[in-house]
Amino acid sequence: MKKNKTLVINSARCKACGLCIHFCPKKALSLCGEFNDMGYNFVQSDQELCVKCNTCGTICPDVVLKVVED
Amino acid sequence: MKTFREEKNFSWCPGCGHGIVARLCAELIEENNLRDRTCCVVGIGCGGFHHHYMEIDALEAAHGRSIPVATGYKLGLPDNFVYTLQGDGDCASIGLAELMHAANRGTPITVIMVNNGVFGMTGGQMSPETLISQKTPTCPFGRDAKLHGNPLKVSEMMQEMDGVAYLARLSVATPTLVRKAKKGLAQAFKAQEEKLGFSFVEILSPCPTGWNMKVVDSYQRLAKEVAEILPVKEFINKVGGES
Ligand SMILES: Cc1ncc(C[n+]2csc(CCOP(=O)(O)OP(=O)(O)O)c2C)c(N)n1
Ligand code: SF4
Ligand code: SF4
Repeated sequence: MKKNKTLVINSARCKACGLCIHFCPKKALSLCGEFNDMGYNFVQSDQELCVKCNTCGTICPDVVLKVVED
Repeated sequence: MKTFREEKNFSWCPGCGHGIVARLCAELIEENNLRDRTCCVVGIGCGGFHHHYMEIDALEAAHGRSIPVATGYKLGLPDNFVYTLQGDGDCASIGLAELMHAANRGTPITVIMVNNGVFGMTGGQMSPETLISQKTPTCPFGRDAKLHGNPLKVSEMMQEMDGVAYLARLSVATPTLVRKAKKGLAQAFKAQEEKLGFSFVEILSPCPTGWNMKVVDSYQRLAKEVAEILPVKEFINKVGGES
């Protein structure tokens, strides 16, 4: 059976450095118009475009992004 | 994950490579069930915050002295796992003698040198690893080989030492290299666990703040300009595993 994967974003940790956006092969990530408690306009994802490859989670220096399986 | 303290935001600047290294260490400690017998000895510098984000024992050594502290820890508790986390200023400048002799003795500890080419914490001054013509507050016209010497190839300096069980230069410049870095780091940890000798990994890492660069540009510089002078390479692997 195919496992269900989700990209989880812990936006409170994001520093809007843009690395995940740069490396995402599907251009599924962007910075949103809201700000977290640190004052950064954190990352949001387009779940339709995202293929759950975890490239973003591999490069994110702040452990914001993670693909989880259920 | 028990090892990683997700509720504590990293204090490092946006894009800092120290965060990637901390995550890789936490993952490996967790995956290898090392948490209850791990001690991290940090140096002075931005890397000195590394252990704040993990549920492990830690010691903070004086500048450049993590290796003698880790050596003492390992002598006292030989079945525990100890690694140092040092910047290139800490490890390759003030702490170079400690590094060379521990490597030569084959002291069974793991040393991680996060090489960002500058003294990050104090404002991006020139370190032994600064590239030729790179400008810093202490070489405002760029590093000049005649005046300051060439970037010090610390990993290469240890490749003839019998005591070294694992030796590699790794990088966090791209997602592919981060995956590779995790494998290299896993081999270094294994070298200590199998009591094969000294293990050392140099991890090329960006300091966007100290380099005065945008984050994405700093990762591109790391992948190209830095790796041309300091190539990503495994020099010694007595563990024999894939990396
Ligand atoms: C004996 C001593 N000399 C100098 C300093 C000042 N100092 C603090 S951090 C640092 C360098 C840190 O650079 P690095 O080890 O490359 O780590 P980074 O901050 O880049 O991670 C220096 C020189 C000090 N704390 N102690
Ligand atoms: S890489 Fe991490 S910290 Fe940087 S913008 Fe993406 S989610 Fe935020
Ligand atoms: S100064 Fe450099 S090494 Fe220190 S936290 Fe900022 S980016 Fe990282």
